[in-house]
Amino acid sequence: MKTILKLTIIVLLIMSFAQAYAAEMINGAGATFPYPVYSAWAFDYNKVTGTQLNYQSIGSGGGIKQITERTVDFGASDKPLTTEQLNKDNLLQFPAVIGGVVPVVNLPGVKAGELRLDSDTVCKIYLGDIKYWDDKGIKSLNPKTDLAHNEITVVHRSDGSGTTAIFTEYLSGVCPSWKDKVGAGTSVKWPAGIGGKGNEGVANYTQRTANSIGYVEFAYAEQNRLAYTLLKNPAGNFVAPSFDAFEDAAATGDFDPKKHFHLWLVNAPGKNAWPVAGATFILLAKEKTDENKNVVKFYDWAFKNGDAKAKELVYVPLPGSLKEKIRAYWKANGIQ
Amino acid sequence: MPTTPKKNSVDTIFSSITAVSAFSVIILIAGILYTLVDESYPAIEKFGIWNFLTSTDWDPVRESFGALTNIYGTILTTFLSLMIAIPVAVGIAIFVTEISPNFLKGPIGAAIELLAAIPSIIYGMWGLFTLTPIMSRHIEPLLKSIFADVPFIGILFQGTPMGIDILTASVILSIMIIPFTASISRDAFNLTPSIVKESAYALGATKWEVVKNIVIPYSKLGVFGGIVLSLGRALGETMAVAFVLGNNHRITTSLFDAAATITVTLANEFSEADTDMYFSSLYYLALILFVMSFITLAIAKFFLLRAERKYSR
Repeated sequence: MKTILKLTIIVLLIMSFAQAYAAEMINGAGATFPYPVYSAWAFDYNKVTGTQLNYQSIGSGGGIKQITERTVDFGASDKPLTTEQLNKDNLLQFPAVIGGVVPVVNLPGVKAGELRLDSDTVCKIYLGDIKYWDDKGIKSLNPKTDLAHNEITVVHRSDGSGTTAIFTEYLSGVCPSWKDKVGAGTSVKWPAGIGGKGNEGVANYTQRTANSIGYVEFAYAEQNRLAYTLLKNPAGNFVAPSFDAFEDAAATGDFDPKKHFHLWLVNAPGKNAWPVAGATFILLAKEKTDENKNVVKFYDWAFKNGDAKAKELVYVPLPGSLKEKIRAYWKANGIQ
Repeated sequence: MPTTPKKNSVDTIFSSITAVSAFSVIILIAGILYTLVDESYPAIEKFGIWNFLTSTDWDPVRESFGALTNIYGTILTTFLSLMIAIPVAVGIAIFVTEISPNFLKGPIGAAIELLAAIPSIIYGMWGLFTLTPIMSRHIEPLLKSIFADVPFIGILFQGTPMGIDILTASVILSIMIIPFTASISRDAFNLTPSIVKESAYALGATKWEVVKNIVIPYSKLGVFGGIVLSLGRALGETMAVAFVLGNNHRITTSLFDAAATITVTLANEFSEADTDMYFSSLYYLALILFVMSFITLAIAKFFLLRAERKYSR
């Protein structure tokens, strides 16, 4: 009897610990793209407040599903949901951090930032309409670069990903024939090229195959020193992918709290804005006010203290004006 | 006897535990099948069975899905990998059981088992970073220069060798299934009664004749079982090929083209499937793979049973 009593007490004690522990826990799941920055923020936040953030990077589709089924405190998605979808599942949405997508090339003799492309040429290359590097359209953008008559190898993602969604949104936005024939999404029916799995797959094929072009996340291109191209933005300038160019895109992009910030951050009108970017979003269950307050507390802390960390990991922090809009949105929904 | 009731109760508990364990398998299978059917129901309703099986369209943006490209890729890579793996595996087994000196048997056996123990994701990464460059730079150009102009076979070797293609995926798959086939074949060969072999040698048979006329006929069943097991593994293998197959939803005739298998599509697209119909179609694919594996096993069992009966007579 005595041992049973002892065991019961021990079990009860452990359970009470687990209870106390659970109160200090935020559970999230979703997009893989922001995982490194969320976990870095969570690590620092835990040191300051003792609150644990448990984030599972199971993919945007999974994140949306989990928050819809209310199994987590917040979901994360690279794809913004429309007001209609949010209302249907009683969700709130705000952006957390910004990333960009960068075309990279492997052209013998062409260094990073040398090749200039515009939306028309990128679109035609990915449609398979431009087949050779010495195409008239590319040449007229690059009069000084020596482009030989070599076949272009197009590399795209083979797996579904937010990177592809941003890239195809960009192409759909600027190129009507892309919108007609292919469209935008996490994976699409590619008219040309070969598929690599993940950023590493695309980068690997691009680096190994001469005369190829691919697209990867900005962070990945930066860390691996891939030969990115310049892109012509809607303001008519050729810009290089950089923090400034992304911040300009974020600041001039039309994030509207009334639409729950639904926006693909492509073709932003800013003078120096990089045209292929996207925010990654947090989804909250509207009725779970207490949990939401915890989540919001974390992101509010991250907005205040996390910019340096984000930049270190090559993520683009939200511009100040947008952060203010988000705080107002939190207040309006009674979760801050 | 006073101990009998106690023994009996232990016995009952023991047998009911084993029964529960055994039935849990059936319940699990039924549960999985139910989930697959349930989740894929919207897609079954929308695309039908015959349409889905014969459509080559796979367009997530327009939510138009068909399984044929995936089924084609699955069958083709499985078939090719078996073509490569079976001769090698049987060769290994014959060498280990009949030809190799005793001191080599241990190391080779251990190496085969180690090969089987490597997780498939490692094959995938190794395939992507090591094998694809070798294939695209050396092996595939060589094959192309030899076979591209040969009538009929030439069609298999068209296009630019990129390394991410059906051939590379099949090679990786074959490396993965060689250990299974080899170790089961080896065990089967070992079961050949040595008295029969020795009699054959005594009659003046050569090694080749002993293997051909005694060992292989004796162990056909075991070897066949090993092949079926490998076939099952090749059908369902995912991570090893996900990196090197390119997930290309098109039916192509060249071995140098990217393709998609059911498992590769699932691994690549499941986590980011963001519409219900997309999600449901992926479940539908999984259901088809389930049925394919089931049919394969059923056919194998059927042949095994028939052969067994013939044998025991």
